[in-house]
Amino acid sequence: MSNQNRTMYGGRVDRSKTINFVFNGKKYKGFQGDTLASALLANDVHLIGRSFKYHRARGILTAGSEEPNAIVQLGVGARTEPNIRATEIELYDGLEAASQNCWPSVKFDIGGLNNILSRLFPAGFYYKTFKWPPSLWLLYEHFIRKAAGLGKSPIAKNPDRYEQKFHHCDALVVGGGITGLVSALALGRAKCEVLIVDENPVLGGYILDTNSTINGKSCNKYIKSIIDELQSMNNVTVLTRTTATGYYDYNYLTALQKVTNHWKELSKTVPRERFWRIRAKKVILAQGAFERPLVFSDNDRPGIMMVSAARKYLNSYGVLPGKSITLFTNNDHAYSTAFEFNNKGAKVKIIDTRDNLSLELEDRCRKNSIQVFKSHSVISTKGSKKINEIEIQKVDIEKNELTGEIIKISTDCLIMSGGWNPAVQLLSQSRGKLRYDEILNTFVPEFSPQDLKVVGCNNGKFDLTENLNDAFTAGIDTAAELGKNSVDKVTWEGNEDISFTQAQIEPYALGKKEVTKGSKHFVDFQNDVTASDIFLAQREGYISVEHTKRYTTTGMGTDQGKTSNVNALALMSHIHEKPVDQIGHTTFRPPYVPQTIGAIAGRSVDHLFDPIRKTAIHEWHEKNGAEYEDVGQWKRPHYYPRGKEDLHKAVNRECLSVRNSLGILDASTLGKIDLQGPDTAKFLNMIYTNAWSKLEIGSCRYGLMCNEHGMIFDDGVTSRIGENHYHMTTTTGGAARVMSWLEEFLQTEWLDMRVFCTSVTEQWSVMSISGPNSRKLLSKLTDIDLSKDAFPFMKFRNGKVCGVDARVFRISFTGELSYEINVPSRYGLYVWSELMKHGKEFDITPYGTEAMHVLRAEKGYIIVGQDTDGSVTPQDMNLDWLVSKKKEDFLGKRSHTRPDTLREDRKKFVGLLVNDKKTVLPEGSHIVEEAKSQPPMKMIGHVTSSYYSPICGYPIALAMIKNGHNRLGEEVEIPLMNGKIVKATITDTVFYDKEGTKNNE
Amino acid sequence: MFIIDCPYCGERDQTEFTCHGEAHIARPSNPNEVSDEEWGRYLFFRNNPKGIHFERWTHDHGCRRWFNVMRDTVSDKILKTYKMGESRPEVNE
Ligand SMILES: [Zn+2]
Repeated sequence: MSNQNRTMYGGRVDRSKTINFVFNGKKYKGFQGDTLASALLANDVHLIGRSFKYHRARGILTAGSEEPNAIVQLGVGARTEPNIRATEIELYDGLEAASQNCWPSVKFDIGGLNNILSRLFPAGFYYKTFKWPPSLWLLYEHFIRKAAGLGKSPIAKNPDRYEQKFHHCDALVVGGGITGLVSALALGRAKCEVLIVDENPVLGGYILDTNSTINGKSCNKYIKSIIDELQSMNNVTVLTRTTATGYYDYNYLTALQKVTNHWKELSKTVPRERFWRIRAKKVILAQGAFERPLVFSDNDRPGIMMVSAARKYLNSYGVLPGKSITLFTNNDHAYSTAFEFNNKGAKVKIIDTRDNLSLELEDRCRKNSIQVFKSHSVISTKGSKKINEIEIQKVDIEKNELTGEIIKISTDCLIMSGGWNPAVQLLSQSRGKLRYDEILNTFVPEFSPQDLKVVGCNNGKFDLTENLNDAFTAGIDTAAELGKNSVDKVTWEGNEDISFTQAQIEPYALGKKEVTKGSKHFVDFQNDVTASDIFLAQREGYISVEHTKRYTTTGMGTDQGKTSNVNALALMSHIHEKPVDQIGHTTFRPPYVPQTIGAIAGRSVDHLFDPIRKTAIHEWHEKNGAEYEDVGQWKRPHYYPRGKEDLHKAVNRECLSVRNSLGILDASTLGKIDLQGPDTAKFLNMIYTNAWSKLEIGSCRYGLMCNEHGMIFDDGVTSRIGENHYHMTTTTGGAARVMSWLEEFLQTEWLDMRVFCTSVTEQWSVMSISGPNSRKLLSKLTDIDLSKDAFPFMKFRNGKVCGVDARVFRISFTGELSYEINVPSRYGLYVWSELMKHGKEFDITPYGTEAMHVLRAEKGYIIVGQDTDGSVTPQDMNLDWLVSKKKEDFLGKRSHTRPDTLREDRKKFVGLLVNDKKTVLPEGSHIVEEAKSQPPMKMIGHVTSSYYSPICGYPIALAMIKNGHNRLGEEVEIPLMNGKIVKATITDTVFYDKEGTKNNE
Repeated sequence: MFIIDCPYCGERDQTEFTCHGEAHIARPSNPNEVSDEEWGRYLFFRNNPKGIHFERWTHDHGCRRWFNVMRDTVSDKILKTYKMGESRPEVNE
């Protein structure tokens, strides 16, 4: 039998369109317009999943985004998604969903043992077990890992596409219920640019499920006319299936639009979801309210649901969730639903916690033959997969006790209403303040520093006429604030069967003694937090709301306590005998509902995740099989393997080629800054640690930059191009940082200095040819006089290289005779190719960053960021010679005489040679005086650079060692991760050509 | 997410800017003569008020200019933006 719980007629589903779907492997049929939840209820499926901690059978509690229980694993394979609320999943043909948190099946769940063993899982369980000694944790770990976590993540890559959209508008209306629509109508008529968003596929909200009237017409018809008018205005954008998820400063809101989630097939043209980033001049919040559950024993069985949900299933979907309904309420509003069910032929009984009812209600119940138990409370429920019986008992409110005889009532559906909580989440996110309303017994909006208005139930108001008028007025006022057209006032009149006016708080407190007994009174369904957990948290001292939340996990999880928060606070109020407003409330944080990481990432995935920077010569590297290293966003050739060479073999070959003949490096990624202006030399004197005043035109100088703490933060060679013109180079990774550093001081400290900085990193291609044959190669291709006297080391010359205007710098990062050829980028590939062609006779060898690192380490040249880490001074690096003693001032100078920088035992830069002449030490290894079998050992330093040196024939390393400059020749030990201990000797930092003659040849 | 009124470009989204902490901390003009303590104050000591804070920002993804911002750290309202070199605005309690 299919759809056995459908009414004969009614609801807004399209009964002519049958939809096939699968739940837990079984096939079902629903209708177009169903949600997964409504279709399951129609097919008499009430057991949807197991709860998180105790694995208790759970059904469908609500009919919307606040659902804590009915969360499922939706879809299969790469597109599967966990924790999706069945109450929000629009049914589509071929939909597949499954229960979560149960093994081997939802009906027979092994984890259900947790329910029986629940004494092991009190509040604060995780905190109590995540404690030293670790042995205790190991005992629990296996158990917890199996039980914890909601749903499963897909293993394969998600094939869906997600997009982002920036949107600016005059006014954003959050919520497309009746009040939101009416506000948008006023704004729209005033010609404001309006965006209205609603999480549901259908606009209109809660009122659609009632038989209310607006201005004398049925609300359904009236709402349709409003929607038609809004859609006819081209200044109004209406988004359905769109949930506002975050409210940030300056009316910046985010919203998640489900674009094709409800489509069967993966769309090739339309994204699955679109993430909106909205900047609204004005915001109107019209999100409505959530009905709150009542807390009583075993209030979590399948078949127990909110009154508003039952009403929606009946009126929107034509589904009767039960035939013998009991209503448990503390307010009048819920009675409407009882009458509606009664009209549809369900048997209805009412349990009301209050002792006096209005005569009108008494009368209506009598006319409908509905039995009402006044001053009664549900004290227990029965039924393993679905509720089948409840027990009720009279309440003595004065004494706060249950009295009298226990009455048993058979029922297949218990609907409950504890009143309504305005959806204050976004208002709270906006740093708004809430006020506790004693009549409604809930928190209502009080104030927000953002430019917003709150209307309708969201504002804690439940009278339809008042809400319609408030909403329209809010629209008019907002338009006026924006200086828009004035709008004719409309007098609104709404009529609801029974409106919500007040709710009691007492039911939470029922049976003060009882809640500590064995049975479970659930406060937070999703996190399995019971009333006794709240009691326990108070007893153990976690009495601030934020502590209670974290200790018990109330209000956490995918629903963020939309149904549980106020009940938890009321319970705390009861325990502490303090009013709820003195208990306070936790802060709501984004997102309002879970949002996919895909939507947050948008198109910034795969190759669009981060820009890739390539040099002008990249094409050649590609063709010649380079392996790359990512340096920032740059792709730099790491090495160029020949044949089957591995990294090690290729690097050895590349290094030896440079030392013995000729190598070529693409150094285009080096940061380059063009500095011009009459005060440039003065400026450089402040920026660098050494002196720049006397640098001649045509000369180059190496410099260190320190921050004001005196610590090295970049280095490079700067050359004087003209009288007031310099060319600065920086490290590849530091280019942007240095540029900002220069600008900072020019703009904030030395506003009178006339210096202009321009980043020219990408304007120049840089090829460094290095090795004893570099002069021979270049001399074939240039008009520059390369003789030693005409063009010595640390000079630069302008000239033609391969017919292209070039700047050639005689500087070296390898210790060999080297020329850095700079040509405009567009000629880079050409000049590189020419150099390769003409270099053949010297076996010119392209080398990558790895060989470059080895070659510079052989010479003891530092790499900022590898050998230094932001905590070392030039003195620590044995670079005192680069620090001017004569200059009055430069950035960092004063800090070089702070007591800390003068300390004797600072780590100093030294060389390290392993005694076995074999082991290449891992970079980062700790260095100790004497290794012990286990920590602690006295650490004296660490290895910063370490390689096998092919020219030396043994490994070399650079290190930072305490007082290292006074310890040359001493032996140290390096304990490795594998337990081996390596002995090494401290040396100076130059391992090759100690005299430094090769540079100068 | 703020909207910041760059004194050079006008109102722009916060994502275009970077905050650099407290403003109006002058670099000592005579570093060699200041005591370790004074130098330490310049390097390390910063106000962290609840209320009005003056701070330096840069419009990185715009004009790349540095400027000052007067912000209420409680409400995060930006009360004023002004160019480098201009004096600190009065705080009206
Ligand atoms: Zn700007």
